Amino acid sequence: MIALEPYLDLIISVVYVVGIVLFLSLFALFATWLERKVAGHIQDRLGPMETGGWHGWLQPIADAIKLLIKEDIIPAAADKKLFKLAPYLVFIGSLAGFAVLPFAANLIGSDLNIGVYYVIAVTSLVVIGILMAGWASNNKWSMYGAMRSAAQMISYEIPVALSLLIPVMMAGTMSMVEIVDNQAGGFWNWYVFRTMPFSLIAFVIYFWASLAEVNRAPFDLPEAESELVAGYFTEYSGIRWAMFFLAEYGDMFVVSAIAATVFLGGWYAPFPFLDIIPGPIWFIGKTAFLVFVQMWLRWTLPRLRVDQLMYVCWKIFLPFSFANLLLVGLWVVLKG
Amino acid sequence: MTNFHVMLAVAAILFVLGLLCVMTRRHAISVLMGVELILNSAALNFVIFSHYTVGNLFGQGMAVFIIIIAAAEAAVALAIFLNIYRTLSTSEIDKATQLKG
Amino acid sequence: MILHFLTQAVFWFLVILTVGSAIVVVFNKRILHSAFALLFTLCGVAGLYVFLSADFLAASQMLVYVGGILTLIIFGVFLTARMYNMSIPEQTHQRFLALLPVLGLGGIIFYVLNSAEWHLITPMVAPTTENLGKMLLTTYLVPFEVASMLLLAALIGAIRLARPRKEDHDD
Repeated sequence: MIALEPYLDLIISVVYVVGIVLFLSLFALFATWLERKVAGHIQDRLGPMETGGWHGWLQPIADAIKLLIKEDIIPAAADKKLFKLAPYLVFIGSLAGFAVLPFAANLIGSDLNIGVYYVIAVTSLVVIGILMAGWASNNKWSMYGAMRSAAQMISYEIPVALSLLIPVMMAGTMSMVEIVDNQAGGFWNWYVFRTMPFSLIAFVIYFWASLAEVNRAPFDLPEAESELVAGYFTEYSGIRWAMFFLAEYGDMFVVSAIAATVFLGGWYAPFPFLDIIPGPIWFIGKTAFLVFVQMWLRWTLPRLRVDQLMYVCWKIFLPFSFANLLLVGLWVVLKG
Repeated sequence: MTNFHVMLAVAAILFVLGLLCVMTRRHAISVLMGVELILNSAALNFVIFSHYTVGNLFGQGMAVFIIIIAAAEAAVALAIFLNIYRTLSTSEIDKATQLKG
Repeated sequence: MILHFLTQAVFWFLVILTVGSAIVVVFNKRILHSAFALLFTLCGVAGLYVFLSADFLAASQMLVYVGGILTLIIFGVFLTARMYNMSIPEQTHQRFLALLPVLGLGGIIFYVLNSAEWHLITPMVAPTTENLGKMLLTTYLVPFEVASMLLLAALIGAIRLARPRKEDHDD
């Protein structure tokens, strides 16, 4: 009989990683269903109703099975090695973000002391993966989609990072767990409501810019179906397409979860007496609400043009972020 | 052979490869990639020595500055390459032989 | 024991990844393959930074090199070549001539590496971000400010250079 004691950390890590991958898949399944339901109800339809009986709840499972048994097509003119590699790169970039999401005080992959910075850093992999996919497909639409996407993501990374700096400055740490711990004891302690109105502006900028980071409407130009078919994953099918798909929903979850962590009090309840409900429920609830808002916006707002997209980033978000950062810095210094 | 020696060897190999890249490739951007390899190797060396032989953070500070300078250099270099491509329609450094645009 | 073994395995994986992809960067004939191979070199170096307890540097490496410089490089390749030419081939020159000094230099470096007597200390494994930040804003304050001026100058210079000139439109 081998003593399990020394391997406990290792086993826990492996279980956690497997759990996260499962969670991501389940979340993506749920999110596709929710997306179609939201779309349906906003357009005064019902959305999927048949599969599985109650409000079509089995629809995502049917979709998933269809995707997995679909033929995996690689275009003859594609750069095969890079074509195969790109989806995994995008997926890894998205999955790596989950490592520092604090589902609860003890339920976190790794409480890095540079948590927030780490998330911004690993997002870079997604950009390269998208460029790789677009180029390897050897297709004009893919190429334009990829270039739009990369330009958009590296532009909007700046307002995202600048607005994330504001709660980091107020907390004096980049560790996710410590940032959440600083917001304990009711919603009036959440960073979004402290130092009004600066942190509220930061939250709004973060939310909008993160929509662009994950290529969601109204910033979904990279995959604008009316112009570019499907953008950088036009040529993908089957399991590789599913990878992009998982990565996209994973990214939606990650950016919403970060907003929930650094601005909305993470695993803490809005009122102290509600803390008897376990933390992960609050955390996932807040995140799911933000994901729902993302879907809501997608079906409400029209798409921006490329020049408008850049205008919003460089001439509105960026100056406001800088001014905000300066003022919050002053506030932090003056308050001591 | 400890991790220290292995990492130094990696830094040395990166440097040598970067040098080779700068000397042999024709495309301006390939040369830039060689320069990035050299800069990476230098930064890695700074961090290795500060970690294993001194025990302070000055090497890491130096590496931060190297990253900053690499960013500035890449931006300006690519702007210059774009200009060269626009005026001389070539991206090979050997063919860019005139100073007047 | 097994944890130590795993750590070593990851370490050697990073070493092989860094060196192997750097070789691809230098010797691959297709420039975009070189650029994408550079991604793995940069990631490998970032991983080695983690082993040197330079976690902030590792994240900066990912953010600045992968997210910034490499993206710029790939864009540069797209913009200075015919975009749909899949191979974008590239010739090399002076291969053997260049090999001589390079191998010589490499030989000297490895000789020194082997023969030198290093005075090693037992490295501290602890998060360094806080102290690094303090150092940058106290001891290194002037270089830090100069670096930000440099970045600003590079930013403006790059924009000025990359913009099409006025007289081009008049022609």
